[in-house]
Amino acid sequence: MPTLWLVASLLLLAVAGFVVGRQRALSTAGGDAKELHSLPSYYGHNVAFTTLVPALGALAIWLLVQPMFIESRVSKMIPDEMAPDRPTLGLVMSDVRRVAEGLDIAVARGALSADDARSLRTEFTDVRGRLGEVGVALGADVRPEVLRAAQRYRVMSKTGNRMMGIVIGVLAIVGFAWSYMQTHKDFRARNVVEKGVLSLLILAASLAILTTIGIVLSMFFETINFFKLHNASDFFLGGTWAPNFRGDSELSILPLLWGTLYISFIALLVAVPVGLFAAIYLSEYANNAVRSFAKPLLEILAGIPTIVYGLFALLTVGPLLVNTFGKGGALGVEWMAGATSVLTAGVVMGIMLIPFVSSLSDDIINAVPQSMRDGSLGLGATKSETIRQVVMPAALPGIVGAILLAASRAIGETMIVVMGAGAIAKFSANPLESMTTITTRIVSQLTGDTDFASPETLVAFALGLTLFVLTLGLNVLALYIVRKYREQYE
Amino acid sequence: MSDTSKTSLLALTPRTKARNAAEKRFRAYGIAAIAVGLMMLIVLVTNIIGKGTGAFQQTFVTLNVELLESKLDKKGNRDLDDIKKVTTFGYNPLIRGAMEAKLAEIGIETDMKGKDLEGILSKGAVGQLREYVTTNPDKIGETVEFRFLAQSRVDGYLKGRVTRESIENDKAISVEQLELVDQLVDAGVIVKTFNADFILGADASDQRPEAAGIGVAMLGSLSMMLVVLALALPIGVAASIYLEEFAPKNRLTDIIEVNISNLAAVPSIVFGILGLAVFINYMHLPTSAPLVGGLVLTLMTLPTIIISTRASLKAVPPSIRDAALGVGASKMQSVFHHVLPLAAPGILTGTIIGLAQALGETAPLLLIGMVGFIASNPPETLVDGLLAPNSAMPAQIYEWAKRADPAFYERAWGGIIILLVFLVTMNTLAVILRRRFERRW
Repeated sequence: MPTLWLVASLLLLAVAGFVVGRQRALSTAGGDAKELHSLPSYYGHNVAFTTLVPALGALAIWLLVQPMFIESRVSKMIPDEMAPDRPTLGLVMSDVRRVAEGLDIAVARGALSADDARSLRTEFTDVRGRLGEVGVALGADVRPEVLRAAQRYRVMSKTGNRMMGIVIGVLAIVGFAWSYMQTHKDFRARNVVEKGVLSLLILAASLAILTTIGIVLSMFFETINFFKLHNASDFFLGGTWAPNFRGDSELSILPLLWGTLYISFIALLVAVPVGLFAAIYLSEYANNAVRSFAKPLLEILAGIPTIVYGLFALLTVGPLLVNTFGKGGALGVEWMAGATSVLTAGVVMGIMLIPFVSSLSDDIINAVPQSMRDGSLGLGATKSETIRQVVMPAALPGIVGAILLAASRAIGETMIVVMGAGAIAKFSANPLESMTTITTRIVSQLTGDTDFASPETLVAFALGLTLFVLTLGLNVLALYIVRKYREQYE
Repeated sequence: MSDTSKTSLLALTPRTKARNAAEKRFRAYGIAAIAVGLMMLIVLVTNIIGKGTGAFQQTFVTLNVELLESKLDKKGNRDLDDIKKVTTFGYNPLIRGAMEAKLAEIGIETDMKGKDLEGILSKGAVGQLREYVTTNPDKIGETVEFRFLAQSRVDGYLKGRVTRESIENDKAISVEQLELVDQLVDAGVIVKTFNADFILGADASDQRPEAAGIGVAMLGSLSMMLVVLALALPIGVAASIYLEEFAPKNRLTDIIEVNISNLAAVPSIVFGILGLAVFINYMHLPTSAPLVGGLVLTLMTLPTIIISTRASLKAVPPSIRDAALGVGASKMQSVFHHVLPLAAPGILTGTIIGLAQALGETAPLLLIGMVGFIASNPPETLVDGLLAPNSAMPAQIYEWAKRADPAFYERAWGGIIILLVFLVTMNTLAVILRRRFERRW
């Protein structure tokens, strides 16, 4: 791995720079550190950073840009009739990359000489067979255009890598030399180093924004592609979800949204009463012993990974419900056909959300000032009357915020519904039927063999963007309510 | 209250009784809610333990196999290439013979044919035998004792999952075979013992649940955690230091802060879509690679680490900063030399909790392809571990749960026990660190 070696030598150069810079600063001061403007190590750091940071930055940019550049140059070599549209071009290009990779491996193993790899022609050699011998399996025979493109690709990446090595090396050495020349006892090394560190800190902080932009953009462009292939009004207003491979899929979000909201509703139906009463008891009634015992135990439920809940839904709760409501079950009714259902997923998700609701409401109830309780109790109200008529109304906005946050968690939850809810998209009010959700469909449309040119795959991005907007909206609303409420008593 | 004679402070009026009853009821609701929550926890834990511990035990059949020269090395020259030409089919008669010999030795009479006798063993037994012979060709001609995996139905029978009633329509095993298994168990040929291969081994095809292990997926998870630790910790700490200590109060900082708190609440699957679009479709990083999984989980864990790091930086009292500044340190020096070391235990705790969260996350891994194949070979080098396709523990559990054979469900529960052991250890470590190093100012 040439890149790895490059990074290793850069690091080595930086360490050397630290030692050399520090020494030079001391020697200009005649060996007396007190003469220096900054502590000696800052001069060392200055040289090390100036060597390392620009070179590493350039390396990162180079690694991102080079493949794009080569790709665009090489893809021009593919004749139009072979790749009439962008997606096919993408497929051909991945063939090209694979052949190039195969040639590399063949050269590395000695099965081909470097010259052969460059001058190989499909007319004279069975390229697929030769590559197959070294363990690179190709799906079809290599076409001459692809082989030529692959050879060009290899040559270009090779020159690219060589140039990268040279440019980065020169950059590092120039940085080293320049900062070394600068090093002098009056040089304000600490200020320079601190400025550099500060800009690195700012860079790290802005990564959060970059992530958000990345999320939005990655889904936005594919969503636009999707709406070019599929009618937007069908997506938002249609009533059926029926993807197929004939090209006349009906992809509408409404049945999925219905399933999502229905399951979330049942989850909240379980989580809100239990969580809220638990929070009330813990904050108003329980003594310290009970509190310090029950609270962490309840919070364990929040730390259990969702895959565990998913398995619990699929293998325990689902069969249990079938044994109760299904054919030959305890109730003697035939209401339930399979283990996956709205109720299965909803109940399990509700269990997951109990600690979420209880710990948020606990905080909020505790934030209600004690004087309000004292006033109510002083007027002769019982404890429960105080809670119901004074504490709850005061805490209500906060609790609504907590419930909204829980709802947003429920809507975005994936594993429980993937394993417990089923795959049938429909409008139905029967909680014992299996239904599907937005997250389940995202998973199923994007796993397995995906073709990023078909609306059936691209719809996942539109679903993802809708999900993102939905949960973000709920969160912002909830945080706004909670914040506003907090200000009221502070 | 004009009519005071009728009310006494000692006797409760109906209204007071009703109010007291309401009070009691309300209190009972609270207790019931907590009881429901705790009961769910107990049900979940007992369910996991009850269904998962079976995966740590496996049924083995001990046989003495005579490695016949006439079958394995017809030319008798011990040439490895010739020996390798014998496919696994060529080994079937050996196992059949060993089985028959064993039955004769312990005096069991059966009219079952060789194929049915062989059916008691795992389909992987011949492979195990062949592997042994190709690595030890000098043993040909001798009789060697082997411990073979029993077939998953036999294993299930010993664990109570498979019964005579449940196999009525099952082609994989018959009642006669189960009778024979009973006899072999009595003779000590078939035993159920601890199975280290489940913890350390690789996944197996969906025909051989008895051979599936979670070890390779564990390495995949470990590689991902390395990536997360190497990226999320430095970036998270740097971002928190800037936001907490240096950032001016302006629009931009506000936007960053709102951004981080919102990112913490973005559904994990959205990060999976981001990873698929950016790392795989745009940057052409290899699909299913732990590196990509690690990058996605890094982005997902970053908000958690930033939030907890900021809290622990905030907990360091301003007097420390003032004292450092007072003796002439620069702002940067006061932070890096004094505040950061004091906040380190808190940062560490937050990081461990973030890592634990990342370890259990599944949804984004489904989208970047860390599921749906058999993670069969442990990676050999660190680079391989990062770039070669692999699975991860939760993805492996999901994969098992999807397979049709119920024998895999036991594996899935067992996998969950291992996953939870990791999580409990990490969280306990975090609690201990917090208790040990927490400072109250």
